[in-house]
Amino acid sequence: MYQPKMKLTKEQLAILNGSEGATKAKVMETLVRYGDLFDASELVKITHSEGHLVTSFGLSLLKPVYRVMDELIKAGLKVEGGFTMDPRPVDFENVKCSPLEKLLFSTVLYGKQNFYEEQLKKLGLKEEDAFSCACYFKQMKNVPKKGDILSWAESSAVNYANSVIGARCNRNSGMIDIFGSILGYVPKFGLLTDEGRKAKWKVIVNTTKKPIPQILGSAIGIKVMEDVPYVVGLDKWIGTELNDAAVDYLKDFGAATASNGAVGLYHIENLTPEAKELGNSLLVDDYKEYVIDDEELERVYKSYPVMWLKPDKPGNLVFIGCPHLSMNQLNEWTDAIINGLKETGKKKVTCQTVLCTAPPVREEFVKTDKYKELLKTGARLTSICPLMYTSNPLTKKRRIMTPSNKLRTYTMAKYFKDEELLNYIVGKEV
Amino acid sequence: MATFKGRVINPGYYKGEAVVSHQGVNTLATFQKSALSNAKNVIVADQNNPDIFGKNITGKALCLPQTIGSTTGGMVLQVICSMGINPSCMLFSQKIDSLAAAGVILSVVWEGSDIIAIDDLGEEFLNTVKTGDTIEVKEDGTVEII
Repeated sequence: MYQPKMKLTKEQLAILNGSEGATKAKVMETLVRYGDLFDASELVKITHSEGHLVTSFGLSLLKPVYRVMDELIKAGLKVEGGFTMDPRPVDFENVKCSPLEKLLFSTVLYGKQNFYEEQLKKLGLKEEDAFSCACYFKQMKNVPKKGDILSWAESSAVNYANSVIGARCNRNSGMIDIFGSILGYVPKFGLLTDEGRKAKWKVIVNTTKKPIPQILGSAIGIKVMEDVPYVVGLDKWIGTELNDAAVDYLKDFGAATASNGAVGLYHIENLTPEAKELGNSLLVDDYKEYVIDDEELERVYKSYPVMWLKPDKPGNLVFIGCPHLSMNQLNEWTDAIINGLKETGKKKVTCQTVLCTAPPVREEFVKTDKYKELLKTGARLTSICPLMYTSNPLTKKRRIMTPSNKLRTYTMAKYFKDEELLNYIVGKEV
Repeated sequence: MATFKGRVINPGYYKGEAVVSHQGVNTLATFQKSALSNAKNVIVADQNNPDIFGKNITGKALCLPQTIGSTTGGMVLQVICSMGINPSCMLFSQKIDSLAAAGVILSVVWEGSDIIAIDDLGEEFLNTVKTGDTIEVKEDGTVEII
């Protein structure tokens, strides 16, 4: 029997010793062992009851996951507050696939999708369409408040919740997320502690124009890896209020810090909640400095390798929205595509263009006239995860273009700045 | 012979071949292809990691600083352990990261895996050990490069 190092309450200890069944004991043992490795002091109560799970895809290879889920269901365990999920992997209606790709997606790759979703419903899936990496959108109804303790794992959502909302969550792995949500406790260490939320890096933004969030986040992620950065000079460009434009910027910036490095929390001076409250007292005494100017951003941008199998050929598939686009971003991209085509006198986008957003945002958007205009351009709107689309080896031959640094990092997609990508989509000669 | 001592995450005895990555190992990119193809061995598929790309790491001692990449990483390691094609040891020069930690624990608690994991072996460990070296890992976290 496992001997915990952290302090447990009588109730927690009893669960560990099997008072509520062998399965719940194993769930507890997993979390306690996990916390012990990081010198967690105790298990603390989750204060935001809704969970969010990173594993939304019914990949056939995940047999042990289905077995564990079955064991949880048989033991009568579930997430009492319900949970949302990362995006579904495929949408044949809006993301065109060849017959062979479809076959591979439906059988070998995601053949377990329906089976897995049935398991998820039994474990507490909130709604039929609760599938988005941006679970913190108000339309997704899974919005924590400042100071809340969470058990999430999706790296961009953890990063956003910690940084923009001021909630507290470690950068967990899949399975740890659902275990914490079932028990209602998580081990207290790292980003759950005041000390762990202090910044080891002072990042000085010293650019002559507003930095592109995807490249700024990438530069910081690559430099600080899993440390917490305290960013000064960015408020000059994005303001001191968390309005729609600022949070959209931070969503994409944060996802780049999390994927190009392993950042779970950042502070933006005069903007994010803890930085506003505590200022530069968030910096540790012996912090390191990283100055970012125009040249540094250009250096990082130019360092991205091109992984396309035929790099000299033009792109033939565009994914926009990783993480999922907010309603504002969806409107902005739609306007930009429609107006760009008017400028070039073309009727259709130059290649398959797919915008990705959360299902409830999509539902709201498809009711608008603007959606009809978007469809006329040939662009499509989906709620899948483009990352999961690229799990299909047959898609490797596609030359994917994206303004997402996360998608670039994890796949063979090539990164383009928004403006460059738009010019390509609408056929503008540059 | 060089000797290093680390912290025991999951104990065990091992004597065999080392495979060394000087950069963080991307768990998903490393293992996904082998898992999808139901392979008998893990041939590392991460093209961004020239140290170990194309190498067979099943049954070997994988020496690395930490793991990196998608937060599905822990589960992916659990899957590989359940298939019985995991590296026998994971030897971390730094403190173990939260994703690898979850993977090792999930594998031990839910799959009964005997994967050995030692962390905090120090930077010098990775500077010394070379791919192909024979190493011996003891229950107390001692690692000897023979």
